[in-house]
Amino acid sequence: KSISPTAVTPLDRRRGQLAALSIAAVVIIVGVPLWWRTTETYRAWLPVSQIKDLAKLQLHLSADVEVVFARVDGDLLVQFIILRLQNMKPARYETKYRTATIMEEDALKKPTAAEADLSLHMLSESPCGSLVVYVIPESSSLLPEDVNVYIGQRRTALVRISAQMRVGKTLEQLLAQLEPRIKQVLQVMSFSHTDITVALSDRVRFRPGNKESIADSMRAFKSSPGYEITFSLLNPDPKSHQLHWDIEGAVQTYIQPLLTKLSPLANFSIDSQTLYYTMLGVTPRFDSSLEAYTLNADSLAHVINPVEARLGSNAASSNPVLNFLLYVPDIRHSPLYIHDHRKQEVPSNAFHSPRWGGIMVYNVNGFYGSETEFPVHVNINMAKVMGVFLAQLRLLLGVQSLSPPPGFLVAPCGSTGLADWELDRLMWSRSVENIATATTTITSLAQLLDQIGNIVINDNIAQQVSSAVTSLQLAMAELEVGNLGFALQYSKEAILASEKAFFDPSLLHLLYFPDDQKFAIYIPLFLPMCVPILLSMLKIVSEVRQRRREKQAKKE
Amino acid sequence: MLALLMLNILAYMTPNPDKTQIIIHLLSVISQNSAGQFFSSGHTNNWAVLVCTSRFWFNYRHVANTLSVYRSVKRLGIPDSHIVLMLADDMACNHRNPKPATVFSHKNMELNVYGDDVEVDYRGYEVTVENFLRVLTGRLPPSTPRSKRLLSDDRSNILIYLTGHGGNGFLKFQDSEEISNVELADAFEQMWQKRRYNELLFIIDTCQGASMYERFYSPNIMALASSQVGEDSLSHQPDLAIGVHLMDRYTFYMLEFLEDIHPASKTNMNDLFKVCPKSQCVSTPGHRTDLFLRDPGSVLITDFFGSVRKVELTMDAINLTDPIKQMEENPVNGEEQKEVYSYADQLPVSEIIHQKPKQKDWHPPDGFILGLWTLILLVFFKTYGIKHLKHIF
Repeated sequence: KSISPTAVTPLDRRRGQLAALSIAAVVIIVGVPLWWRTTETYRAWLPVSQIKDLAKLQLHLSADVEVVFARVDGDLLVQFIILRLQNMKPARYETKYRTATIMEEDALKKPTAAEADLSLHMLSESPCGSLVVYVIPESSSLLPEDVNVYIGQRRTALVRISAQMRVGKTLEQLLAQLEPRIKQVLQVMSFSHTDITVALSDRVRFRPGNKESIADSMRAFKSSPGYEITFSLLNPDPKSHQLHWDIEGAVQTYIQPLLTKLSPLANFSIDSQTLYYTMLGVTPRFDSSLEAYTLNADSLAHVINPVEARLGSNAASSNPVLNFLLYVPDIRHSPLYIHDHRKQEVPSNAFHSPRWGGIMVYNVNGFYGSETEFPVHVNINMAKVMGVFLAQLRLLLGVQSLSPPPGFLVAPCGSTGLADWELDRLMWSRSVENIATATTTITSLAQLLDQIGNIVINDNIAQQVSSAVTSLQLAMAELEVGNLGFALQYSKEAILASEKAFFDPSLLHLLYFPDDQKFAIYIPLFLPMCVPILLSMLKIVSEVRQRRREKQAKKE
Repeated sequence: MLALLMLNILAYMTPNPDKTQIIIHLLSVISQNSAGQFFSSGHTNNWAVLVCTSRFWFNYRHVANTLSVYRSVKRLGIPDSHIVLMLADDMACNHRNPKPATVFSHKNMELNVYGDDVEVDYRGYEVTVENFLRVLTGRLPPSTPRSKRLLSDDRSNILIYLTGHGGNGFLKFQDSEEISNVELADAFEQMWQKRRYNELLFIIDTCQGASMYERFYSPNIMALASSQVGEDSLSHQPDLAIGVHLMDRYTFYMLEFLEDIHPASKTNMNDLFKVCPKSQCVSTPGHRTDLFLRDPGSVLITDFFGSVRKVELTMDAINLTDPIKQMEENPVNGEEQKEVYSYADQLPVSEIIHQKPKQKDWHPPDGFILGLWTLILLVFFKTYGIKHLKHIF
């Protein structure tokens, strides 16, 4: 019996089946996991659950308030009052009450409120974010007649109560007067609900209560780790005026103290320049009644653009720039005054643009007569100029100018240009803003990375995100306790880390792979390989089935 | 004891595009006081991103399109520092340009849109999909200079103008890659998440341009396109001396419309929608305003194309009384060490001449060599049998 060479013996068939099965096994057990591992993108672990918790953003803010009673006739009375106050529950907040020490009493006996404030400050320095309210009796002569509250330059306020210190029914009067007064003081000197809502305006869509709050939120620069301040002197007529300004000295004396005080908030870098032959884009009108040229408020909006093209900026940093321009009008348009909507002259002769900077017009025609030889040497009075720029700088950085409630007297802000409690308010709104922005950034980053499965998440990004999350938690904890300085610092760290993570150049997702493209890529690679395996599998299965049928048939 | 003011502020999550958004109602009050100016629009500064995506001489018209929008935008007040101009090819200095250093937009060479103060931020091969998306989302490497960045904030109105060759759902960059409408919509959503814009005006002049704005889902975007899906945008007129088409129709009529606008004009967006009707453009321009919160009739052209600043009068000044501190003069003495600076040697010739040849690292033989040797060995053993193995080893 001869077997044809092409006949398939059972042994061959067995060998073939084993080969097909082993290849299929290798492909499935070794090949598929290997392919999966080598084509997956590296994604470092992110603390997603903590980010979700942070996204709820439950902020608890607290501030230390200390109320000090100046001694009145009869110690007993004051102690009794303190006991009564501490036992009263209906107040929403708890405050610390105590009587004044001897040294504080001496300080409160000073002739004017400003001196009292100064000597109180010398006695003890209140930490960042706290407040001390001194309650003085009506008999005290510190405050003028119609003023009931004096808000000092630092963190103290003097409140005068005008009830006779008698036990009994006037105690209720005393309390009734004290509590709302203290609330008003807190509204002015410390954070308020509106401030916090404005700081969170990115996240919380609020119905703006008043026009001023919208204007305030649009005017101040957003929180940024650094700012650049540029002072420019615009001299359109160097043939007539040769201007000298001691900008270095002026910055050192007037601006630097403010910036040093604001250094917990951000870094500042200052430049200055002089620009020649730069005109304002608007032609001023001659007003014969004043013998001067005027710019009215409506045309001011078109002044800035032609000038801005020439200003230049520091190419290396991407920090927001505040421009302060000092414009000295040319001799044909001197003197130049700015008029408001009611045709009244603006005393500072300056205007500012939200989130951009300020321009001041400085007239020099008063410094020389008509017979002088041109060019005239002019020394600019930097104190006056810097006074205006400092006011504009305050507004642009977010120090709100509130009109205090009636009966309040607010001390002028001093040589640094910023009172301590104004700094505290800024710090609060900045901390809240930083925390909100960092939380939004981290949340949207986490969501973006979740949605797009193809983005590679490197280790450094994961580390930045983790450190941002840690800083955020610490910042919220510090805010709850009332350590404003630490809270601001942590919030700054959080925002730096979150911005770094979000704007990392490696997170660009050009890997938009729709599903049909995925099929188009993998089918030519895997189909030719899989078809023989699949077919041999099918053949094995059909043979097994056939054998089983034969066995069945044999049994019967 | 502390005074505790508990503020529970619930998060407002915006990432999911399906959720409805609570809109901010800006009071549009026209009043005499300075606060009134703030309400007609919520922006304080303007930016423009103008992109031409095609190269080669016969795509002259795309560069001319972009440059004419650039010119209008600069004329209406946006400074160069706030414009990101991306031109994929240099037509002004192209070898085939019979009038070098010019790019004309009207035939008979009436209007040279190139001028002498054009500042191109991304030129030639730098105009890629990746760079465009990096500019929009802000994910640029730290070494990128300021002029190449889009440093907008939450109060910026941005104008984005794209032109080139496009199709249904994509726009071709540099004849080698494309950006899809989904990617663009995602990029805008990332801008919104980071509040990089207050309002966005998106204008596209390509074939089937309307497909590019179909997928947008972020709020405050208004979009205009030169043609609907299935239609081609046509070019306007060739110049016989230059030999190519100079402008596209939609942008040509838009440029004519913008020439009538000056910084103080009050023309609104409804007029811009009417630019280039089908009779002039042959294609049907489209627009999309459903994502935009304000009524288009109240949006001024200068809100996006110009840069009208809000201005407030400074009412207070601080009274400064200290005299200026005199800077201490450092006594000049001979021992003072001055730091001597010098340029780094750009081409260290002496080092190159005397360099020893670098040691190349040894790499194991790669797959091809291994495969070749395996094949040779297999053939050998097949032919001669395995008993010859001992002759080899």
